[in-house]
Amino acid sequence: MTDTGYDEWLAAIADGEGYYLACPDGHGSLPPRRSCPHCGAAELTEEPLPAAGEIRTFTEVHVPAPNFADEAPYVTAVASFGPVKLTGVVRDLPADEVDLGTTVSVGVGENATTDERLVVFRPASE
Amino acid sequence: MTDVRIAGVGLTKFGSHPERTGRDLFAEAALAAREDAGVSRDDYEELFYGNFMGELAEKQGHQGPIMAEAAGLDCPATRYEQACASAGVAFRQAVATIRSGAADVVLAGGMERMNNLGTAEVTQSLAIAADELFEVRAGVTFPGAYALMARAYFDAFGGDSEDLAHIAVKNHANAMQNDYAQFHREITVDDALESPVVADPLSLYDACPITDGASAVVLVSDDYAERHGLDAPVSVTGSGQGGDKAALQDRPHLARTPAATKAADAAYADAGIGPDDVDVAEVHDCFTIAEVLALESLGLYDHGEGVGAAARGETTRDGDLPVNLSGGLKAKGHPVGATGTAQVVEMTKLLRGDHGNSDAVPDARVGVTHNAGGTVASAVVHVLEVDR
Repeated sequence: MTDTGYDEWLAAIADGEGYYLACPDGHGSLPPRRSCPHCGAAELTEEPLPAAGEIRTFTEVHVPAPNFADEAPYVTAVASFGPVKLTGVVRDLPADEVDLGTTVSVGVGENATTDERLVVFRPASE
Repeated sequence: MTDVRIAGVGLTKFGSHPERTGRDLFAEAALAAREDAGVSRDDYEELFYGNFMGELAEKQGHQGPIMAEAAGLDCPATRYEQACASAGVAFRQAVATIRSGAADVVLAGGMERMNNLGTAEVTQSLAIAADELFEVRAGVTFPGAYALMARAYFDAFGGDSEDLAHIAVKNHANAMQNDYAQFHREITVDDALESPVVADPLSLYDACPITDGASAVVLVSDDYAERHGLDAPVSVTGSGQGGDKAALQDRPHLARTPAATKAADAAYADAGIGPDDVDVAEVHDCFTIAEVLALESLGLYDHGEGVGAAARGETTRDGDLPVNLSGGLKAKGHPVGATGTAQVVEMTKLLRGDHGNSDAVPDARVGVTHNAGGTVASAVVHVLEVDR
């Protein structure tokens, strides 16, 4: 399945050129969008995604859906990158070392069950 | 504006009935509600029906007409899908239709069949209420989404898993007196704390079960009830709905549910009451943390205060503000698309005195129901009042 707008965004993250959409008032959002979900502004520009994000919440999932059967247990987190937050799977960091405030970088990995690409967070290299 | 009265209510026994068809489940609840109401078949003008995952569970779309037939009715029927708030929004449309004068008698209800699918398939099916691109592909399950909110809540306001365990214990205890509940088994705080982790910090006893069941409510105009001499002491005096961004990542605060706050504020204003007037509540505790978020959005507790309410004995059967006397989604069960109207059924019986737990609230006059979809991207709140 092709998801125009989303697929290009994921590819850009994989290339280290991730972006978010910004409206004139500075609200951030993720594509595909035709208007700002926060204020309705139609003028959206692509802005570079900050290199480092901060984990705002996370969970270690022990009972997966079938699309993550071969991943469980795995850690899913929401991390803030400037004006946007992203949701991704934490990799290269033991579950007991993930914490609120942990600094991560964002990349793209592969879902071991479905082979689909997905957003992954890794410990940020200082 | 016409006042809306509840003339009849009906439920199936909630539980695991994998062999029963959706139409049979809904028929049982609808016929029970119709019998309770005693309204002539020819007077039913419309069916408002909630269902979430019928395409996945039964390969059945276009369920409205099928369920009108099952209910023995010959009237227009529409299905509403709003995840776990499907029947809540169906009920809200039913209320609006009577208030507008467009109809005098309608049936509202909902049904969900889930146990004919395995746990893995149900988990996958429930996940479609989340944002597919930005959440499901990143491994967010339904329990996982509430686990993300629970951890954010603990961080922002305090509280812990033991506080949540007290909510599960309370709701299991309440279900003991509810013949329609899925579980009739008391649990202890230790049972809850020692149960297997589903998505940390939530474990098995923080989660509602997978439930098959249906619910139905007959609504009539005040004028119709009077003309036909119906015994319908419970009125719907307030209705409100709120919305939020679908994905948690797009919300400013991960431990608050402003959609429910908006719904509650609208419902209270509609009824001309405030949170201090509420005597009893049925809230959407799909997970224990969800009861906390509901109490705070309803204005019954300040942010950060709701998590300890059960442990302090304030929301228990003998507390000042009993919450989920039905057993809640946690112990009564959560047939997703039936839950919104099931809450109305339970509240109606609590207020009119024929519920197994009515003796806990003999003087209650005002009840609220709170029904949420997804991680509360949708919320519906209703105010019910009984003539005393």
